[in-house]
Amino acid sequence: MPKVTFPRMGESYRCFKMLMNDLGNEVIIPPRPNKKTLDHGVRHSPEFACLPLKILTGTYIETCQMGAEIIVTSGGSGPCRAGLYGQLHQKILKSIGFPVDIIVFEAPKSHPIDFIRKVNRLNAGRLSYRAVWECIKRGWEKLKYLDDAEKMTHVARPREVNRGETTRVYREVLEWIDSAYTFKEIREAGEAALDTIRAVPQDSARQILKVGIVGEIYVLLEPASNLEMEETLGNLGVEVHRSMFLTGWTRDNTVKETSEHLSVKDAARPYIPLCIGGHGQETVGHTILYSKEGYDGVVQMAPFTCIPEIVARTILTRVSREHSIPVMTFFLDEQTGKAGMSTRVEAFVDLMRRKKALFKSSGARLMVN
Amino acid sequence: MAARVGIPSSLFYYVHFPMWQTFFSELGIEVVVSGQTTKNLLDAGVKEALADACVPVKLFFGHVISLKDKVDYLFVPRMVCLNRKTIYCPKFLGLPDMIRHGLSGLPPLIDVQMDNREGFAAQWKAYLQIGSIFGLGRLKILRAYIKATGSARRFKSLLLEGLSPPEAMDVLFKGGSASPAVKKRSGLVFAVLGYPYEVHDPFISVGLVNKLQKMGITVITMENLSPGKLSRANILEKKMFWTFSDIALNAAYHLFKAGTVDGIIHLTAFGCGPDSMVDKLMEISSKDYPETPFMSVTIDEHTGDAGISTRLEAFVDMVKRKKEARERLCQR
Ligand code: SF4
Ligand code: SF4
Repeated sequence: MPKVTFPRMGESYRCFKMLMNDLGNEVIIPPRPNKKTLDHGVRHSPEFACLPLKILTGTYIETCQMGAEIIVTSGGSGPCRAGLYGQLHQKILKSIGFPVDIIVFEAPKSHPIDFIRKVNRLNAGRLSYRAVWECIKRGWEKLKYLDDAEKMTHVARPREVNRGETTRVYREVLEWIDSAYTFKEIREAGEAALDTIRAVPQDSARQILKVGIVGEIYVLLEPASNLEMEETLGNLGVEVHRSMFLTGWTRDNTVKETSEHLSVKDAARPYIPLCIGGHGQETVGHTILYSKEGYDGVVQMAPFTCIPEIVARTILTRVSREHSIPVMTFFLDEQTGKAGMSTRVEAFVDLMRRKKALFKSSGARLMVN
Repeated sequence: MAARVGIPSSLFYYVHFPMWQTFFSELGIEVVVSGQTTKNLLDAGVKEALADACVPVKLFFGHVISLKDKVDYLFVPRMVCLNRKTIYCPKFLGLPDMIRHGLSGLPPLIDVQMDNREGFAAQWKAYLQIGSIFGLGRLKILRAYIKATGSARRFKSLLLEGLSPPEAMDVLFKGGSASPAVKKRSGLVFAVLGYPYEVHDPFISVGLVNKLQKMGITVITMENLSPGKLSRANILEKKMFWTFSDIALNAAYHLFKAGTVDGIIHLTAFGCGPDSMVDKLMEISSKDYPETPFMSVTIDEHTGDAGISTRLEAFVDMVKRKKEARERLCQR
């Protein structure tokens, strides 16, 4: 059986693991990015590469040491560096003695033949197309529940009575979803997981702030790369809404543009009329939408030297003023420390609370939906 | 009074200025440039631009600031794609937006989009749009456009003859001599690869090209190489999709393979996104061609003269020694 691995983005690995197993591959689960991963990555990546590239280099090296032979990843839809990651990684890995194969999936819409060929290569169990499609659908279902569970923690965490309980429950229910296999099991486990998170005791009287999270997809989706920003905010009594989820993002890119997506573009248009690659335009668009929906603030997270996010940040200064919504940006690199970040986050939360209090006392009505 | 249009002397200036200059002056519009980079200019840009931006973008902010009160319009077109294959760096795509929302007190921006993937006449349409801003007739604009493309062609052929962009502009607009007299082919030949707005800006590159020439080295840059040769040199499965990065990388591949230069220097800017990939790919490739020494030089707003000189001298010495050793070996 070929030994297959893939990049780790949050909890999504649980779904890819199942899918690759179903297709008849042995799966090497990528470890959660940690200090060692980063050390490897920094050593073997270009100095000014963006953080995701470095983390992935590190992850790949770790999985190669564990015996991985094939790495499956996705190409880029936008004209950004990520589109070339695969090639660069292949060269880097080869130059340090890991001649692995990297299979890069491009969007099936623009490269249909290539897509099928690559699926065939991974289909070690020689399943029929119909069976493969079944597996993909099951994987998708799992992924949706994983995303939904995560979303629910974003709501539950700031209101929890016992600090840390949401996270503990979340860790547990993830395992339920993980071990479910058939459609029926996945639904059962998923619903049970959601119910259980919902049942975490909550303090409904608490003053909750709402913050939207925007930025570059990798650092948004992998908590280890953003130093658990969402958890940090949640613990400070902030409900976060992340603008990007794997199921949301892939849906936009592979099937059709959802109405929500279009309106994000529309919102961004006065400031940044075309897609500049990566998610720069979405960052601006979502910030405006968050402001319209009455959020108290926006946190932008992006890798240091991230091209589209730098463009977005330059524009956000004005957006923040004109739509009167506080925006805080974190450019993350391997040196970013959790302590320094927490201090800045706390200061930001204070600022939002003061702003909100001021708003209330001045008699203005706050519209929150 | 003729309208005055300001063109910042940075970024695409080194590639498209001749065309723009001709176009505007044929239309009877006065062109004002911000001129050579100075310390003040850079400092102003660094102050206003986002700290995390790359040096060239900060510098562009500086050029815009120095122009904004002197002109009626600022020309910051949105360069997306000109060759129907590769696009410009995302920061070029978002440049008008960054300028408009990042600076205040600006005159109207001419930010016409140039994207030749939109159709064969896309470029003409873009220029027609620019001309129309000044309320000029179609025929007049067309004539100016034709002259401008001629100017662009002449500029390109001067570059292929071995001139640098500033030299070629001198020839076109100031009647400088077209013979590349300084470029006598003796001694060592180095290629300095990098984006035109770094390599040909003597301030931001800390005079790198000049320094090499003073050491008696002939310098060629990516503008001097024929585009056909370059695109054939590509060895990546998936093309570099940024125009300048694609050229720079292919130039390296081409020169490594051809072995026609004695050394290759990659000049890259601190904080440049695309270059982190370009530089690594060049470095990996250089290991396959040990005969052609390779060095990369990173510049930022604080790069000092002394540091660069020392590194250059060491590199040149190394190349010289290597070459001598090889020649001795051949004689034997
Ligand atoms: S969007 Fe940012 S992080 Fe992603 S590849 Fe581009 S520069 Fe890197
Ligand atoms: S190519 Fe690099 S230096 Fe040029 S604008 Fe883009 S990021 Fe900046």
